[in-house]
Amino acid sequence: MLFTIQVNNKKIKAEKGETILSALNRNGIIIPTLCRMKEFTPTGACRMCVVEVDGRDRLVTACSQPVEEWMKIKTHSPRVIQARKTIVELLLSNHPDDCLYCDRNLNCELQRLSEELNIRERRIRGRKIKPRLDQSSPAIVRELSKCILCGRCVRVCEEVVTATSLDFINKGRETHVGAAMDRDFNFSSCIHCGQCVLVCPTGALHEKHNINEVQEYLHKPDIIKVIQYSPMVTVGIAEELGMRYNREFDKILNAVLRKIGFDKIFTTGTGTDVCITEITSQLSEKIDSNSQIPLYLSACPAWVKYAEQFIPSLIPQLSTVKSSQQITGVLVKTLVAGQLGVKPEDIFSVSATPCMAMKFEARRDGMMRKGISDVDAVLTVRELVRLIRLYGIDTTNIEHEPADEPMANRSSSAVLAEVSGGLVESVIRSYHYLKLKKEADKQLFKKLRSGGVFREASVPVGEIELKVAVVDGLTGLEKLKASIASGKKYDLIEVMTCPGGCVHGAGLPFSSSKDEIRSRSKLVYQADDTEAINLPCKSPTLINLYEKLLKENIDIADKKIFYTHFERKNVLL
Amino acid sequence: MATDLDIILKKYKQGKREELIPILQEIQEELGYLSEEAIVKVGGFLGLSTTKIYGLATFYDRFRFIPSGKIKVSICHGTSCFLNGSQSVINKIKDEIGVLPGQTTRDGNFSYEIVSCMGGCHNGPLINVNGEYHAHIKAEQLPELIKRLKYVIEND
Repeated sequence: MLFTIQVNNKKIKAEKGETILSALNRNGIIIPTLCRMKEFTPTGACRMCVVEVDGRDRLVTACSQPVEEWMKIKTHSPRVIQARKTIVELLLSNHPDDCLYCDRNLNCELQRLSEELNIRERRIRGRKIKPRLDQSSPAIVRELSKCILCGRCVRVCEEVVTATSLDFINKGRETHVGAAMDRDFNFSSCIHCGQCVLVCPTGALHEKHNINEVQEYLHKPDIIKVIQYSPMVTVGIAEELGMRYNREFDKILNAVLRKIGFDKIFTTGTGTDVCITEITSQLSEKIDSNSQIPLYLSACPAWVKYAEQFIPSLIPQLSTVKSSQQITGVLVKTLVAGQLGVKPEDIFSVSATPCMAMKFEARRDGMMRKGISDVDAVLTVRELVRLIRLYGIDTTNIEHEPADEPMANRSSSAVLAEVSGGLVESVIRSYHYLKLKKEADKQLFKKLRSGGVFREASVPVGEIELKVAVVDGLTGLEKLKASIASGKKYDLIEVMTCPGGCVHGAGLPFSSSKDEIRSRSKLVYQADDTEAINLPCKSPTLINLYEKLLKENIDIADKKIFYTHFERKNVLL
Repeated sequence: MATDLDIILKKYKQGKREELIPILQEIQEELGYLSEEAIVKVGGFLGLSTTKIYGLATFYDRFRFIPSGKIKVSICHGTSCFLNGSQSVINKIKDEIGVLPGQTTRDGNFSYEIVSCMGGCHNGPLINVNGEYHAHIKAEQLPELIKRLKYVIEND
């Protein structure tokens, strides 16, 4: 039901039940918010969105107050602006003010607010919080001195990720956000997905930088510098550089990376193709042996850690195939090292990913052989953009170059794996082709592509029906559990930690609105619809790898390097 | 110790989150503090994450996470005691014992905490040593008192 309310002496239409903020935004009136996150129930904690309502003594928070018919609202009266200004001034009163050195400089919500509210002097001086830097986690750095206690990370970790590794500790001036027993992060139940970093308005949470390490190695003459990047990286970089993404952009990125000084450039997509192929053969084995045990995909490292600590009984059901990054990484240190005639330790292997948990994964047990890591450094898309800017490379005026063999190309299935439900679809498509020698109809996967945090479908492959489940964001696990408890059986289950899949990865540019994430997914489906090679087994790169390169190299011919193991993790839950 | 915890938890209903604070209070009463083991156990019992429990428990001054000393001193820092000079008592204790309020000395002998009001406003500054009140305490008296207490511990 629509009715009219008065805002700033003008009439606007509001809908019954919505909040003041939503009515304002729909009518093009913008007011600042800080603790608010779309899709979450409002808390009204930061008071940034206060407005003046006639007849109310106190200012009301627009984010949480429902509109009512009688309301006359002032959104930018002197009183309101003064209140907002004071809030930001108070937040700044104990802030370190080291913006120039901060990870979020020029991309910080607190900085933007203080600019928008025209704060030009320090009116309130508070005792600064002692800088407490927690660098213990391989993926996420916490700088508590920059925390403004908006609580977004706490809520995301509890309500979206369901790991609940963060909460407010202590009270009053002593309040800070921390893990159980106020331990350092690497001892906590954090699964390194980085969703908290995506929502942090300041630089209090950010990824652990590997950029300095990469730079240092780029200048070592005796080392062969290798980089792999996944399909979503190109999309993210195009976004960040303000360019339009298309398939050609991969070739621009190749040229850019060569200019920076990388000797070999590979696409992680080849690793994904291997990953799909190996999972397909695991699935095939499982179906042939008529096993009732479901196969959980383990491509998402954050999900793997989640399972290892919260649901250890599931570990035997996790697919032991490594993730695409680690498969590409291990091929770099074995196959490529062999081809180049160098020792694996003479290769510095970098991976650029949209994922933050990959930083953790590269340090996992079993991801190195004889003490040499398969992937030496992991860069997020944001870090890679920094590297590109650092080297002052003009991306608009550059030649197109191909990536390097033996991992130069990928099938479109590898791109599809970047969205939730995509990997499972790719695996089934591969399985379908393997068994029936013809492609599966894409309509079969419609139910797996969208529709809620838990999706299931039964996909016919010849005689058999494959029962498939997709958990899109860990909140879907509850539904999966309930479904299994009710007696349903699944053959293949995909779990992705970030809602939407890797298109919503924490390593991608910060300004990720829902629309942007949707447009990334669209690009993925577009690629899958238009590219000619849509199955790993049709990709010449992969055929060459399996039919020739792997067979020629005795050390890796058994394909054991593509597999890993998982074990129970004891952390404070 | 684990059995103590089990006995306490048996009195409560599994998964009933609203019982969290009573459970924590009882554990503290029984064990003197909330150990990591206890928090993990309560988390499993109520289906809450340890982070949440720890976050909630740290909100309340009453809960402590390290065992208190054999000698446990509470110093009143309410308005009346403050006006009568409780700050100098606090400073002196800090100097004598060498730890911060809420902490326990390494030998496990002493711990002290600052409380808001103990209800003896006309007797301030007021301190409480292992349940026994000492009224009109002066900073100068503390070294003697602590020496006496140490003697008691050593010869116990």
